[in-house]
Amino acid sequence: MAYSKKLLEHYENPKNVGSFEKNENNIGTGLVGAPACGDVMKLQIKVSDSGIIEDAKFKTFGCGSAIASSSLATEWIKGKSITQAVSITNKEIAEELSLPPVKIHCSVLAEEAIKAAILDYKQKKENNE
Amino acid sequence: MTLKFPIYLDYQSTTPIDPRVVDAMVDVMKNEFGNPHSRSHSYGWKAEELVEISRRQVAQLIKADEKEIFFTSGATESNNIAIKGVANFYAPKKNHIITVATEHKCVINSVRDLEQDGFEVTFLPVKKDGLIDLNHLENCITDKTSLVSVMTINNEIGVIQPIKEIGAICKKKGVFFHTDAAQAFGKIPIDVNEMNIDLLSISGHKIYGPKGIGALFIRRKPRVRIKPLFSGGGQERGIRSGTIPTQLVVGLGKAAELASKEMNENYDHIKNLSDKFFNAISEIPHIFLNGDKNNRFPGNLNFSFAAIEGESMIMAIKDLAVSSGSACTSSSLEPSYVLHALGLSDDLAHTSIRFGIGKFTTIEEIDYAIKLIKQKVEKLRSLSPLWDMIQDGVDINSIQWKSH
Repeated sequence: MAYSKKLLEHYENPKNVGSFEKNENNIGTGLVGAPACGDVMKLQIKVSDSGIIEDAKFKTFGCGSAIASSSLATEWIKGKSITQAVSITNKEIAEELSLPPVKIHCSVLAEEAIKAAILDYKQKKENNE
Repeated sequence: MTLKFPIYLDYQSTTPIDPRVVDAMVDVMKNEFGNPHSRSHSYGWKAEELVEISRRQVAQLIKADEKEIFFTSGATESNNIAIKGVANFYAPKKNHIITVATEHKCVINSVRDLEQDGFEVTFLPVKKDGLIDLNHLENCITDKTSLVSVMTINNEIGVIQPIKEIGAICKKKGVFFHTDAAQAFGKIPIDVNEMNIDLLSISGHKIYGPKGIGALFIRRKPRVRIKPLFSGGGQERGIRSGTIPTQLVVGLGKAAELASKEMNENYDHIKNLSDKFFNAISEIPHIFLNGDKNNRFPGNLNFSFAAIEGESMIMAIKDLAVSSGSACTSSSLEPSYVLHALGLSDDLAHTSIRFGIGKFTTIEEIDYAIKLIKQKVEKLRSLSPLWDMIQDGVDINSIQWKSH
C-alpha cells in the first residue's frame, strides 16, 4: 500500500493517543465502527464552558489509514468550536492524507467519530440541565 | 551477521530459487535450447533427455513412476486439470465432487465452475483446528462421486490433513483422491502408493525452484482417466499439449532432487526456528495460533494478535515481509475465508499474520523478528480501544456495535 508522507507520519507518531474519564460532564465520547469490519475508533473531546474543544484524544483498532485519519481528526478539532468541528467532512480528511480510494471509508469513520463525540457531549449537557 | 531487510518471512507465498537450481537452469538456457519434442536431431534429443531426468527426479520424491508425472505451468494449472479433467471424463454417470472449504482458490473456483456446469458439489467444513472430520467425509461419498480433493498442507495456516486416512477411505469407496501438494511436496515425505493418492499437484516455486512450472501426478494403476484442458500437439501423452520449457523443467527437477536429499536437514532447521519463534510469541498475552499445533508444517505459523488490526501490524513490522488474513490487505476487503472456516470471529480474522519460515531463514532473523514483534504489539495495543476493553474484562463480542 503506497501511503503519503503525511499519513505515514500520523501512523508512526499518532497525535493525542489516550483517554479521558468518560463520565465527566465536559467529556464527549464517540465510539464508532465494529471489530467485525476491522475498524473501531474511540474519539473523545474535552469541551470548555464556552463550547470550545480544549483537548481531544483517540484510540483506534484499524489499518494505517484508520489510525492516521483518527489522529488527524483529533488535531483538527482541537481549538475549534463544536459548531466548527461538526462540519469537518471525510473529504477534507481523505484529501489531507491522500487516502487511496479503497481507504476512503476510514475517513468516513473518522468524521462519524467526531460527530458521535459531539452528540454524546450535547446529550450529556441536556441531561444535566 | 548483517541482516538483509526486509527479512523474508513469507515462504508460503513463494521461495527464493536455490542457487544450485539457478546454475542448472542457466546451463540449459545457454547450451540446450532445443525443443524436447523435436524428434529428428540431437538438439531435440538432448533436451528430451534432460526433461526425462527431471521427470524421474520429481517422481522419485513422491515414490511415483516417471510415466505418471506430467509437467504443467504450476499447481494452479495442475489443480484445474485434475479436478475438471476427472469430473468431465467420468460425467454424466458420476457427477459429484467433494472438496474442503479451506482449499486454495484455484481448487474452490474450479469446483465452482463445475457447479455452474451442473455438477453436484460438497464443500466439507473443517473443525476449529482446521482439519476435516473423516467420518463426515466418508458419509458424504455416494456412488455418484467421482473425485475427492483435499490439500495436503494448507497455505494459510499450515495444517496437515490426514492424507493417508483420506486415501484409505477413498480407496474403500472406489473414489479418486486428488491432493494439492503445492505446500507439501519436498517438505514432508509423501508416498502416493502408501497414501492411496490418485492425483497430486506440484508447484515449482514453493520448493526453491522457478516460477511458471509445476507438475501433476496421475496414477496409472488403477488408471485414472482425464479429459485434457488444452487442445494441441498432444505432448505429455496427450494430457498437456504445449512445448515443454526445458530450463524450467530442469529447475523443477533439480529442486526436487535437492529437496529429496536435504529434506530431513531442512525440516529440522525449520522446526528449530519455528519452535523458538512460537514459544517467544506465545509469551505475549492474548495471542492465538490458528490451526492445529501438532498436525502442522512448522514453517507456517499464523497468529491472531487480539485488538490489533492486521494491516497496521504489517506496517509496524515493515522490517519483516509477511502476509495477513486481514481484509484490509486483501483487495476485496473481506477477511480470509480460511480463517472464517475455522470459526474465527471476524475481529480475530482481521488481526491475523502469517509467518513463513524456510530453509534459508537464520536464527538472527528469527531473533530480530521476535524482538520487533513484541515491541510493536505493545505500541499498537496502547493505541487500541479494544485492548482497553480486554484489559477491563469486557467481552468484545457482547457489545452492540453501531457499524455502518
